[in-house]
Amino acid sequence: MSEMPTIRSRKLEITYNIPISRTLKFWEGLKEGKIYASKCRKCGKLYFPPVADCGNCYSSDMDWVELSGEGEVEAFTHIIVRPVSFQEHPPYTVAIARLKEGVKALAWITGVKKKDVRIGMKVKLVPRITEDGRLTYEFKPMRE
Amino acid sequence: MKTRRVAIIGVGHSKFGERQDVNVKELAFESIKEALNDAGVTPKDIPYLSVGSIGVWYEEPLPAVAIAEYSGMSGAGLYRVEAACATGSAAIHTAYSAIASGYVDLALVVGVEKMREVDTLTAMELMGRAGSYLWEFENFGLTFPGYYALYATAHMNRFGSTEEDLALVAVKAHGYGAMNPLAHLRREISVEDVLSSHVIAWPLKLYDCCPISDGSAAAVLASEEKVRELGIDTPVWITGIGMSSGTGTLSYREDYVGLEATVKASKQAYRMAGVTPSDVEVAEVHDCFTIAEILAYEDLGFCGKGEGHKLVREGQTEVGGKIPVNLDGGLKSKGHPIGATGVSMMVELTKQLREEVEPRSRQAPLKKYIALAHNVGGTGHYCYVTILRR
Repeated sequence: MSEMPTIRSRKLEITYNIPISRTLKFWEGLKEGKIYASKCRKCGKLYFPPVADCGNCYSSDMDWVELSGEGEVEAFTHIIVRPVSFQEHPPYTVAIARLKEGVKALAWITGVKKKDVRIGMKVKLVPRITEDGRLTYEFKPMRE
Repeated sequence: MKTRRVAIIGVGHSKFGERQDVNVKELAFESIKEALNDAGVTPKDIPYLSVGSIGVWYEEPLPAVAIAEYSGMSGAGLYRVEAACATGSAAIHTAYSAIASGYVDLALVVGVEKMREVDTLTAMELMGRAGSYLWEFENFGLTFPGYYALYATAHMNRFGSTEEDLALVAVKAHGYGAMNPLAHLRREISVEDVLSSHVIAWPLKLYDCCPISDGSAAAVLASEEKVRELGIDTPVWITGIGMSSGTGTLSYREDYVGLEATVKASKQAYRMAGVTPSDVEVAEVHDCFTIAEILAYEDLGFCGKGEGHKLVREGQTEVGGKIPVNLDGGLKSKGHPIGATGVSMMVELTKQLREEVEPRSRQAPLKKYIALAHNVGGTGHYCYVTILRR
Protein backbone atom coordinates (compact mmCIF):
# COMPACT_ATOMS: atom_id res chain seq x y z
CA MET A 1 0.00 0.00 0.00
CA SER A 2 1.26 3.45 -0.84
CA GLU A 3 2.15 5.79 2.04
CA MET A 4 -0.87 7.88 2.98
CA PRO A 5 -0.46 11.47 4.14
CA THR A 6 -0.49 11.69 7.98
CA ILE A 7 0.47 14.15 10.72
CA ARG A 8 2.62 13.00 13.61
CA SER A 9 1.03 13.29 17.08
CA ARG A 10 2.84 14.79 20.08
CA LYS A 11 5.00 12.30 21.93
CA LEU A 12 4.04 10.97 25.39
CA GLU A 13 6.25 8.67 27.42
CA ILE A 14 4.60 6.78 30.29
CA THR A 15 6.02 4.58 33.03
CA TYR A 16 4.04 3.38 36.04
CA ASN A 17 5.22 3.17 39.66
CA ILE A 18 3.73 -0.16 40.69
CA PRO A 19 3.07 -0.53 44.44
CA ILE A 20 4.52 -3.66 46.08
CA SER A 21 4.16 -2.83 49.78
CA ARG A 22 1.65 -5.58 50.46
CA THR A 23 3.69 -8.31 48.75
CA LEU A 24 7.06 -6.95 49.90
CA LYS A 25 8.02 -10.23 51.55
CA PHE A 26 7.99 -11.86 48.10
CA TRP A 27 10.15 -9.16 46.49
CA GLU A 28 12.58 -9.09 49.43
CA GLY A 29 12.70 -12.88 49.27
CA LEU A 30 13.99 -12.78 45.71
CA LYS A 31 16.99 -10.77 46.95
CA GLU A 32 17.65 -13.47 49.56
CA GLY A 33 17.48 -16.25 46.98
CA LYS A 34 14.02 -17.41 48.07
CA ILE A 35 10.74 -17.81 46.25
CA TYR A 36 7.70 -17.22 48.43
CA ALA A 37 4.08 -18.04 47.74
CA SER A 38 1.33 -16.55 49.88
CA LYS A 39 -1.06 -18.80 51.76
CA CYS A 40 -4.42 -17.79 53.17
CA ARG A 41 -4.47 -18.48 56.93
CA LYS A 42 -8.25 -18.79 56.88
CA CYS A 43 -9.05 -21.08 53.92
CA GLY A 44 -5.57 -22.46 53.23
CA LYS A 45 -5.43 -21.54 49.54
CA LEU A 46 -1.89 -21.22 48.21
CA TYR A 47 -1.14 -18.45 45.73
CA PHE A 48 1.65 -18.09 43.22
CA PRO A 49 2.08 -15.43 41.98
CA PRO A 50 1.46 -14.22 45.54
CA VAL A 51 -1.46 -12.02 46.59
CA ALA A 52 -2.18 -9.91 49.67
CA ASP A 53 -5.91 -10.64 49.73
CA CYS A 54 -7.62 -14.00 49.28
CA GLY A 55 -10.09 -13.91 46.38
CA ASN A 56 -11.48 -17.24 47.59
CA CYS A 57 -12.58 -16.41 51.17
CA TYR A 58 -11.84 -12.67 51.26
CA SER A 59 -9.48 -12.89 54.21
CA SER A 60 -6.44 -10.61 54.19
CA ASP A 61 -4.59 -12.71 56.76
CA MET A 62 -1.85 -14.24 54.61
CA ASP A 63 1.11 -16.38 55.52
CA TRP A 64 4.30 -16.63 53.44
CA VAL A 65 5.52 -20.08 52.39
CA GLU A 66 8.87 -20.73 50.74
CA LEU A 67 8.52 -22.84 47.58
CA SER A 68 10.93 -25.63 46.61
CA GLY A 69 10.81 -24.27 43.07
CA GLU A 70 10.86 -27.81 41.70
CA GLY A 71 8.40 -28.46 38.93
CA GLU A 72 7.54 -29.93 35.56
CA VAL A 73 6.92 -28.03 32.31
CA GLU A 74 3.29 -28.08 31.10
CA ALA A 75 3.53 -25.62 28.19
CA PHE A 76 6.22 -23.50 26.56
CA THR A 77 6.96 -21.24 23.62
CA HIS A 78 9.99 -19.61 22.06
CA ILE A 79 9.26 -15.91 21.62
CA ILE A 80 11.10 -14.93 18.44
CA VAL A 81 9.32 -11.69 17.52
CA ARG A 82 9.63 -9.58 20.65
CA PRO A 83 7.64 -6.51 21.72
CA VAL A 84 9.28 -3.10 21.47
CA SER A 85 10.51 -2.96 25.10
CA PHE A 86 12.21 -6.39 24.78
CA GLN A 87 14.14 -5.60 21.62
CA GLU A 88 17.49 -5.63 23.46
CA HIS A 89 16.95 -9.26 24.52
CA PRO A 90 17.71 -12.16 22.22
CA PRO A 91 14.70 -14.46 21.61
CA TYR A 92 13.55 -16.07 24.88
CA THR A 93 11.66 -19.16 25.95
CA VAL A 94 8.63 -18.82 28.23
CA ALA A 95 7.41 -21.89 30.10
CA ILE A 96 4.64 -22.71 32.53
CA ALA A 97 5.49 -25.38 35.08
CA ARG A 98 3.47 -27.01 37.83
CA LEU A 99 5.47 -26.89 41.05
CA LYS A 100 5.61 -29.66 43.66
CA GLU A 101 3.47 -27.59 45.99
CA GLY A 102 0.63 -27.62 43.42
CA VAL A 103 0.80 -24.02 42.22
CA LYS A 104 2.06 -23.14 38.75
CA ALA A 105 4.56 -20.52 37.64
CA LEU A 106 5.27 -18.79 34.35
CA ALA A 107 8.82 -17.63 33.65
CA TRP A 108 11.67 -17.72 31.19
CA ILE A 109 13.57 -20.97 31.00
CA THR A 110 17.33 -20.54 30.61
CA GLY A 111 20.39 -22.76 30.54
CA VAL A 112 18.96 -25.17 27.98
CA LYS A 113 19.03 -25.24 24.18
CA LYS A 114 15.71 -24.32 22.54
CA LYS A 115 15.47 -27.69 20.79
CA ASP A 116 15.85 -29.50 24.12
CA VAL A 117 12.90 -27.82 25.86
CA ARG A 118 10.08 -30.35 26.25
CA ILE A 119 6.78 -30.71 28.01
CA GLY A 120 7.35 -32.88 31.06
CA MET A 121 10.93 -31.74 31.61
CA LYS A 122 11.95 -31.15 35.25
CA VAL A 123 12.84 -27.58 36.11
CA LYS A 124 13.65 -25.48 39.17
CA LEU A 125 12.39 -21.96 39.67
CA VAL A 126 15.17 -19.70 41.00
CA PRO A 127 15.34 -15.97 41.79
CA ARG A 128 17.36 -13.69 39.56
CA ILE A 129 18.36 -10.04 39.68
CA THR A 130 18.79 -8.66 36.16
CA GLU A 131 21.73 -6.52 35.05
CA ASP A 132 19.50 -3.45 35.22
CA GLY A 133 18.45 -4.35 38.78
CA ARG A 134 15.01 -5.85 38.20
CA LEU A 135 13.88 -8.56 40.61
CA THR A 136 12.66 -11.63 38.79
CA TYR A 137 12.82 -15.43 38.66
CA GLU A 138 13.53 -18.04 36.02
CA PHE A 139 13.41 -21.79 35.39
CA LYS A 140 16.63 -23.80 35.17
CA PRO A 141 16.63 -27.40 33.91
CA MET A 142 17.10 -29.98 36.68
CA ARG A 143 19.46 -32.89 36.14
CA GLU A 144 17.51 -36.15 36.18
CA MET B 1 -36.76 -13.61 33.55
CA LYS B 2 -39.22 -11.79 31.29
CA THR B 3 -37.38 -10.01 28.49
CA ARG B 4 -38.26 -8.75 25.04
CA ARG B 5 -37.05 -10.26 21.78
CA VAL B 6 -34.22 -8.37 20.06
CA ALA B 7 -33.34 -8.43 16.37
CA ILE B 8 -30.50 -7.21 14.19
CA ILE B 9 -32.19 -5.09 11.51
CA GLY B 10 -29.25 -3.44 9.77
CA VAL B 11 -25.55 -4.13 9.29
CA GLY B 12 -22.54 -2.33 7.87
CA HIS B 13 -18.90 -3.25 7.40
CA SER B 14 -15.86 -1.30 6.28
CA LYS B 15 -13.02 -2.69 4.23
CA PHE B 16 -10.56 -4.24 6.72
CA GLY B 17 -6.83 -3.76 6.25
CA GLU B 18 -4.21 -1.07 6.66
CA ARG B 19 -6.52 1.95 6.51
CA GLN B 20 -4.26 4.94 6.87
CA ASP B 21 -6.54 6.70 4.39
CA VAL B 22 -8.98 7.41 7.25
CA ASN B 23 -8.97 8.35 10.94
CA VAL B 24 -10.99 6.45 13.54
CA LYS B 25 -14.10 8.65 13.17
CA GLU B 26 -14.12 8.40 9.39
CA LEU B 27 -13.58 4.65 9.59
CA ALA B 28 -16.50 4.20 12.03
CA PHE B 29 -18.68 6.41 9.81
CA GLU B 30 -18.25 3.98 6.90
CA SER B 31 -19.98 1.09 8.65
CA ILE B 32 -22.43 3.26 10.62
CA LYS B 33 -23.76 4.81 7.41
CA GLU B 34 -24.22 1.42 5.78
CA ALA B 35 -25.93 -0.08 8.86
CA LEU B 36 -28.38 2.83 9.26
CA ASN B 37 -29.24 2.68 5.55
CA ASP B 38 -29.68 -1.08 5.73
CA ALA B 39 -32.10 -0.69 8.66
CA GLY B 40 -33.88 2.27 7.07
CA VAL B 41 -33.35 4.57 10.06
CA THR B 42 -31.55 7.90 10.53
CA PRO B 43 -28.93 8.92 13.11
CA LYS B 44 -31.59 11.06 14.82
CA ASP B 45 -33.66 7.91 15.48
CA ILE B 46 -30.86 6.35 17.56
CA PRO B 47 -31.31 6.87 21.33
CA TYR B 48 -28.50 4.55 22.39
CA LEU B 49 -25.02 4.11 20.91
CA SER B 50 -22.60 1.47 22.14
CA VAL B 51 -19.03 1.84 20.84
CA GLY B 52 -16.63 -1.09 21.06
CA SER B 53 -12.99 -0.08 20.84
CA ILE B 54 -9.79 -0.73 22.76
CA GLY B 55 -8.07 2.44 21.62
CA VAL B 56 -4.46 3.11 22.73
CA TRP B 57 -3.10 2.62 19.18
CA TYR B 58 -4.81 5.71 17.88
CA GLU B 59 -4.95 9.29 19.07
CA GLU B 60 -8.48 9.67 20.48
CA PRO B 61 -8.76 8.66 24.17
CA LEU B 62 -12.58 8.92 24.15
CA PRO B 63 -13.51 7.36 20.82
CA ALA B 64 -17.23 7.00 21.63
CA VAL B 65 -17.57 10.76 22.03
CA ALA B 66 -15.54 11.47 18.90
CA ILE B 67 -17.53 8.97 16.82
CA ALA B 68 -20.96 10.10 18.09
CA GLU B 69 -20.04 13.70 17.30
CA TYR B 70 -18.73 12.89 13.82
CA SER B 71 -21.71 10.69 12.95
CA GLY B 72 -24.33 13.19 14.11
CA MET B 73 -25.40 11.28 17.22
CA SER B 74 -24.18 13.53 20.06
CA GLY B 75 -26.99 13.56 22.59
CA ALA B 76 -27.65 9.82 22.34
CA GLY B 77 -27.02 7.62 25.36
CA LEU B 78 -23.39 6.68 24.86
CA TYR B 79 -20.51 4.61 26.08
CA ARG B 80 -17.37 2.80 25.04
CA VAL B 81 -17.13 -0.92 25.86
CA GLU B 82 -13.96 -2.94 26.47
CA ALA B 83 -13.64 -6.73 26.60
CA ALA B 84 -10.25 -7.11 24.87
CA CYS B 85 -10.71 -8.93 21.55
CA ALA B 86 -14.33 -9.70 22.51
CA THR B 87 -15.11 -5.99 22.73
CA GLY B 88 -17.45 -6.06 19.74
CA SER B 89 -19.60 -8.82 21.20
CA ALA B 90 -19.66 -7.05 24.55
CA ALA B 91 -20.89 -3.90 22.81
CA ILE B 92 -23.63 -5.98 21.15
CA HIS B 93 -24.51 -7.43 24.55
CA THR B 94 -25.00 -4.00 26.14
CA ALA B 95 -27.33 -2.92 23.34
CA TYR B 96 -29.14 -6.26 23.46
CA SER B 97 -29.69 -5.85 27.21
CA ALA B 98 -30.93 -2.29 26.87
CA ILE B 99 -33.55 -3.37 24.35
CA ALA B 100 -34.48 -6.68 26.00
CA SER B 101 -35.08 -4.89 29.28
CA GLY B 102 -37.35 -2.32 27.68
CA TYR B 103 -34.99 0.59 28.29
CA VAL B 104 -34.88 1.52 24.58
CA ASP B 105 -36.43 0.20 21.35
CA LEU B 106 -33.54 0.90 19.02
CA ALA B 107 -29.77 0.89 19.45
CA LEU B 108 -26.70 1.21 17.28
CA VAL B 109 -23.53 -0.74 17.94
CA VAL B 110 -20.26 0.12 16.26
CA GLY B 111 -16.97 -1.69 16.75
CA VAL B 112 -13.89 0.03 15.45
CA GLU B 113 -10.14 -0.17 15.74
CA LYS B 114 -7.25 1.74 14.19
CA MET B 115 -4.19 -0.36 14.99
CA ARG B 116 -1.90 0.73 12.19
CA GLU B 117 -1.16 4.21 13.49
CA VAL B 118 1.65 2.66 15.58
CA ASP B 119 4.36 0.28 14.36
CA THR B 120 3.98 -3.51 14.58
CA LEU B 121 6.28 -4.06 17.58
CA THR B 122 4.52 -1.31 19.56
CA ALA B 123 1.16 -2.92 18.75
CA MET B 124 2.56 -6.27 19.93
CA GLU B 125 3.74 -4.62 23.14
CA LEU B 126 0.34 -3.06 23.83
CA MET B 127 -1.41 -6.41 23.26
CA GLY B 128 1.16 -8.39 25.25
CA ARG B 129 0.81 -6.04 28.22
CA ALA B 130 -2.93 -6.71 28.24
CA GLY B 131 -2.70 -10.28 29.58
CA SER B 132 -1.34 -9.90 33.08
CA TYR B 133 1.09 -7.01 33.04
CA LEU B 134 2.87 -7.51 36.37
CA TRP B 135 3.30 -11.28 36.34
CA GLU B 136 3.64 -12.12 32.68
CA PHE B 137 4.82 -9.07 30.78
CA GLU B 138 7.00 -6.95 33.10
CA ASN B 139 9.76 -9.54 33.32
CA PHE B 140 8.82 -12.11 30.71
CA GLY B 141 7.69 -10.10 27.68
CA LEU B 142 4.94 -12.52 26.79
CA THR B 143 3.20 -11.63 23.52
CA PHE B 144 -0.25 -12.58 22.29
CA PRO B 145 1.11 -15.08 19.79
CA GLY B 146 3.09 -16.35 22.80
CA TYR B 147 -0.03 -16.86 24.90
CA TYR B 148 -1.65 -19.00 22.22
CA ALA B 149 1.64 -20.77 21.46
CA LEU B 150 1.63 -22.04 25.07
CA TYR B 151 -1.79 -23.55 24.39
CA ALA B 152 -0.53 -24.95 21.07
CA THR B 153 2.40 -26.82 22.62
CA ALA B 154 0.16 -28.23 25.35
CA HIS B 155 -2.54 -29.31 22.85
CA MET B 156 -0.02 -30.88 20.47
CA ASN B 157 1.62 -32.75 23.33
CA ARG B 158 -1.67 -34.03 24.79
CA PHE B 159 -3.70 -34.78 21.65
CA GLY B 160 -1.19 -35.18 18.83
CA SER B 161 -2.25 -32.17 16.78
CA THR B 162 0.57 -31.02 14.48
CA GLU B 163 1.97 -27.90 12.87
CA GLU B 164 0.43 -29.15 9.61
CA ASP B 165 -3.02 -29.27 11.26
CA LEU B 166 -2.60 -25.67 12.36
CA ALA B 167 -1.55 -24.76 8.82
CA LEU B 168 -4.77 -26.29 7.45
CA VAL B 169 -6.79 -23.81 9.51
CA ALA B 170 -4.91 -20.93 7.89
CA VAL B 171 -5.28 -22.40 4.41
CA LYS B 172 -9.06 -22.71 4.90
CA ALA B 173 -9.32 -19.15 6.23
CA HIS B 174 -7.37 -17.69 3.32
CA GLY B 175 -9.42 -19.69 0.83
CA TYR B 176 -12.60 -17.93 1.99
CA GLY B 177 -10.87 -14.62 2.72
CA ALA B 178 -9.66 -14.47 -0.88
CA MET B 179 -13.34 -14.43 -1.91
CA ASN B 180 -14.34 -11.73 0.58
CA PRO B 181 -13.94 -8.24 -0.91
CA LEU B 182 -13.78 -6.71 2.60
CA ALA B 183 -10.97 -8.98 3.88
CA HIS B 184 -7.52 -7.69 4.79
CA LEU B 185 -5.46 -10.56 3.29
CA ARG B 186 -7.11 -11.62 0.06
CA ARG B 187 -4.93 -14.40 -1.23
CA GLU B 188 -4.96 -18.17 -1.12
CA ILE B 189 -2.04 -19.87 0.59
CA SER B 190 -0.71 -23.42 0.84
CA VAL B 191 0.30 -25.56 3.82
CA GLU B 192 3.88 -25.12 2.63
CA ASP B 193 3.51 -21.30 2.72
CA VAL B 194 2.44 -21.54 6.36
CA LEU B 195 5.13 -24.00 7.41
CA SER B 196 7.89 -22.01 5.72
CA SER B 197 6.80 -18.60 7.06
CA HIS B 198 9.00 -17.19 9.83
CA VAL B 199 8.46 -18.17 13.45
CA ILE B 200 6.70 -15.56 15.61
CA ALA B 201 6.27 -17.59 18.83
CA TRP B 202 7.06 -21.24 18.23
CA PRO B 203 5.17 -23.28 17.08
CA LEU B 204 3.17 -20.37 15.65
CA LYS B 205 4.50 -18.87 12.47
CA LEU B 206 3.55 -15.72 10.61
CA TYR B 207 0.71 -17.42 8.71
CA ASP B 208 -0.66 -18.90 11.95
CA CYS B 209 -1.34 -15.36 13.16
CA CYS B 210 -4.07 -12.91 12.23
CA PRO B 211 -2.88 -9.61 10.80
CA ILE B 212 -2.94 -6.31 12.70
CA SER B 213 -5.84 -4.53 11.05
CA ASP B 214 -7.89 -1.38 10.89
CA GLY B 215 -11.61 -1.68 10.36
CA SER B 216 -15.12 -1.02 11.59
CA ALA B 217 -18.42 -2.89 11.67
CA ALA B 218 -21.86 -1.74 12.79
CA ALA B 219 -25.25 -3.22 13.61
CA VAL B 220 -28.66 -1.71 14.35
CA LEU B 221 -30.62 -3.63 16.99
CA ALA B 222 -34.37 -3.29 17.56
CA SER B 223 -37.21 -4.56 19.72
CA GLU B 224 -39.95 -6.72 18.19
CA GLU B 225 -42.34 -3.73 18.30
CA LYS B 226 -39.82 -1.62 16.40
CA VAL B 227 -39.25 -4.40 13.85
CA ARG B 228 -43.00 -4.38 13.14
CA GLU B 229 -43.22 -0.59 13.10
CA LEU B 230 -40.36 -0.32 10.59
CA GLY B 231 -41.68 -3.21 8.49
CA ILE B 232 -38.36 -5.09 8.52
CA ASP B 233 -38.76 -8.14 6.27
CA THR B 234 -35.78 -10.27 7.39
CA PRO B 235 -35.00 -9.55 11.04
CA VAL B 236 -32.24 -11.74 12.49
CA TRP B 237 -33.09 -12.55 16.09
CA ILE B 238 -30.53 -12.77 18.88
CA THR B 239 -31.83 -15.88 20.63
CA GLY B 240 -28.98 -16.65 23.00
CA ILE B 241 -26.02 -14.86 24.54
CA GLY B 242 -23.54 -16.47 26.90
CA MET B 243 -20.71 -14.60 28.56
CA SER B 244 -17.89 -15.73 30.78
CA SER B 245 -14.30 -14.95 31.70
CA GLY B 246 -11.02 -16.48 32.81
CA THR B 247 -8.00 -15.41 34.84
CA GLY B 248 -5.64 -12.87 33.32
CA THR B 249 -2.64 -14.64 34.79
CA LEU B 250 -2.21 -17.86 32.82
CA SER B 251 -0.42 -19.69 35.61
CA TYR B 252 -3.60 -19.55 37.72
CA ARG B 253 -5.37 -21.76 35.16
CA GLU B 254 -5.96 -25.47 35.45
CA ASP B 255 -4.69 -26.52 32.02
CA TYR B 256 -3.73 -25.20 28.59
CA VAL B 257 -5.67 -27.40 26.20
CA GLY B 258 -8.94 -25.45 26.09
CA LEU B 259 -10.61 -22.23 27.16
CA GLU B 260 -12.96 -22.71 30.09
CA ALA B 261 -14.55 -19.33 29.34
CA THR B 262 -15.69 -20.65 25.94
CA VAL B 263 -17.15 -23.81 27.47
CA LYS B 264 -19.13 -21.80 30.03
CA ALA B 265 -20.29 -19.06 27.65
CA SER B 266 -21.39 -21.53 24.99
CA LYS B 267 -23.36 -23.71 27.40
CA GLN B 268 -25.18 -20.62 28.59
CA ALA B 269 -25.91 -19.50 25.02
CA TYR B 270 -27.12 -22.94 23.88
CA ARG B 271 -29.41 -23.19 26.92
CA MET B 272 -30.87 -19.73 26.38
CA ALA B 273 -31.46 -20.36 22.66
CA GLY B 274 -32.77 -23.88 23.28
CA VAL B 275 -30.40 -25.44 20.74
CA THR B 276 -27.48 -27.88 20.73
CA PRO B 277 -24.14 -27.61 18.90
CA SER B 278 -25.46 -29.91 16.14
CA ASP B 279 -28.25 -27.42 15.35
CA VAL B 280 -25.73 -24.74 14.36
CA GLU B 281 -25.47 -24.47 10.58
CA VAL B 282 -22.84 -21.75 10.23
CA ALA B 283 -20.40 -20.34 12.76
CA GLU B 284 -17.91 -17.58 13.25
CA VAL B 285 -15.23 -18.64 15.71
CA HIS B 286 -12.39 -16.64 17.20
CA ASP B 287 -9.34 -17.68 15.14
CA CYS B 288 -6.86 -14.98 16.14
CA PHE B 289 -4.30 -17.79 15.85
CA THR B 290 -4.79 -21.13 14.10
CA ILE B 291 -4.68 -23.08 17.38
CA ALA B 292 -7.52 -20.90 18.68
CA GLU B 293 -9.88 -22.23 16.01
CA ILE B 294 -9.06 -25.83 16.93
CA LEU B 295 -9.66 -25.09 20.62
CA ALA B 296 -12.93 -23.37 19.67
CA TYR B 297 -14.29 -26.43 17.81
CA GLU B 298 -13.74 -28.49 20.95
CA ASP B 299 -14.86 -25.97 23.54
CA LEU B 300 -18.05 -25.12 21.59
CA GLY B 301 -18.93 -28.82 21.35
CA PHE B 302 -18.58 -29.11 17.55
CA CYS B 303 -16.45 -32.21 18.29
CA GLY B 304 -15.07 -34.02 21.33
CA LYS B 305 -12.13 -32.76 23.38
CA GLY B 306 -8.86 -33.40 21.56
CA GLU B 307 -10.56 -33.92 18.19
CA GLY B 308 -10.53 -30.37 16.83
CA HIS B 309 -7.65 -30.94 14.45
CA LYS B 310 -9.48 -33.96 12.98
CA LEU B 311 -12.43 -31.74 11.98
CA VAL B 312 -10.17 -29.50 9.94
CA ARG B 313 -8.27 -32.46 8.46
CA GLU B 314 -11.58 -33.90 7.24
CA GLY B 315 -12.82 -30.59 5.83
CA GLN B 316 -15.84 -30.69 8.14
CA THR B 317 -15.69 -26.94 8.75
CA GLU B 318 -15.89 -25.94 5.10
CA VAL B 319 -19.02 -25.31 3.00
CA GLY B 320 -20.60 -28.74 2.54
CA GLY B 321 -19.07 -30.07 5.77
CA LYS B 322 -20.72 -30.76 9.11
CA ILE B 323 -20.40 -27.19 10.36
CA PRO B 324 -19.00 -24.47 8.08
CA VAL B 325 -16.80 -22.06 10.06
CA ASN B 326 -15.46 -18.60 9.22
CA LEU B 327 -16.72 -18.33 5.66
CA ASP B 328 -15.65 -14.66 5.61
CA GLY B 329 -11.98 -15.62 6.08
CA GLY B 330 -12.08 -15.34 9.88
CA LEU B 331 -9.81 -13.12 11.90
CA LYS B 332 -6.94 -14.89 10.20
CA SER B 333 -7.58 -13.63 6.68
CA LYS B 334 -10.39 -11.07 7.00
CA GLY B 335 -8.36 -9.29 9.69
CA HIS B 336 -8.83 -8.55 13.38
CA PRO B 337 -9.40 -4.87 14.16
CA ILE B 338 -9.94 -5.78 17.80
CA GLY B 339 -13.01 -3.72 18.73
CA ALA B 340 -14.66 -4.38 15.36
CA THR B 341 -14.29 -8.15 15.31
CA GLY B 342 -17.32 -9.20 17.38
CA VAL B 343 -19.60 -6.84 15.43
CA SER B 344 -18.06 -8.05 12.16
CA MET B 345 -19.08 -11.59 13.15
CA MET B 346 -22.70 -10.40 13.57
CA VAL B 347 -22.57 -8.68 10.19
CA GLU B 348 -21.33 -11.83 8.46
CA LEU B 349 -23.83 -14.11 10.19
CA THR B 350 -26.71 -11.71 9.52
CA LYS B 351 -25.82 -11.84 5.83
CA GLN B 352 -25.46 -15.62 5.98
CA LEU B 353 -28.92 -15.97 7.57
CA ARG B 354 -30.46 -13.57 5.05
CA GLU B 355 -28.75 -15.65 2.33
CA GLU B 356 -27.23 -12.59 0.75
CA VAL B 357 -23.53 -13.43 1.03
CA GLU B 358 -21.40 -12.47 -1.94
CA PRO B 359 -20.00 -14.35 -3.74
CA ARG B 360 -22.48 -17.25 -3.44
CA SER B 361 -19.65 -19.77 -3.00
CA ARG B 362 -19.23 -18.40 0.55
CA GLN B 363 -22.89 -18.99 1.45
CA ALA B 364 -23.55 -21.79 3.94
CA PRO B 365 -26.47 -24.09 3.08
CA LEU B 366 -29.24 -23.48 5.65
CA LYS B 367 -32.29 -25.44 6.78
CA LYS B 368 -32.84 -24.35 10.38
CA TYR B 369 -31.30 -20.90 9.95
CA ILE B 370 -29.26 -21.05 13.16
CA ALA B 371 -25.86 -19.37 13.42
CA LEU B 372 -23.30 -18.95 16.20
CA ALA B 373 -20.66 -16.31 16.89
CA HIS B 374 -17.80 -17.07 19.27
CA ASN B 375 -15.70 -14.10 20.31
CA VAL B 376 -12.80 -14.48 22.75
CA GLY B 377 -11.04 -11.63 24.53
CA GLY B 378 -7.39 -12.31 25.26
CA THR B 379 -6.67 -16.00 25.76
CA GLY B 380 -10.05 -16.75 27.26
CA HIS B 381 -9.83 -13.70 29.50
CA TYR B 382 -13.31 -12.92 28.22
CA CYS B 383 -15.69 -14.94 26.08
CA TYR B 384 -19.03 -14.16 24.43
CA VAL B 385 -21.08 -16.66 22.46
CA THR B 386 -24.06 -15.28 20.56
CA ILE B 387 -26.69 -17.37 18.76
CA LEU B 388 -28.66 -15.86 15.91
CA ARG B 389 -31.72 -17.15 14.14
CA ARG B 390 -33.71 -15.91 11.19
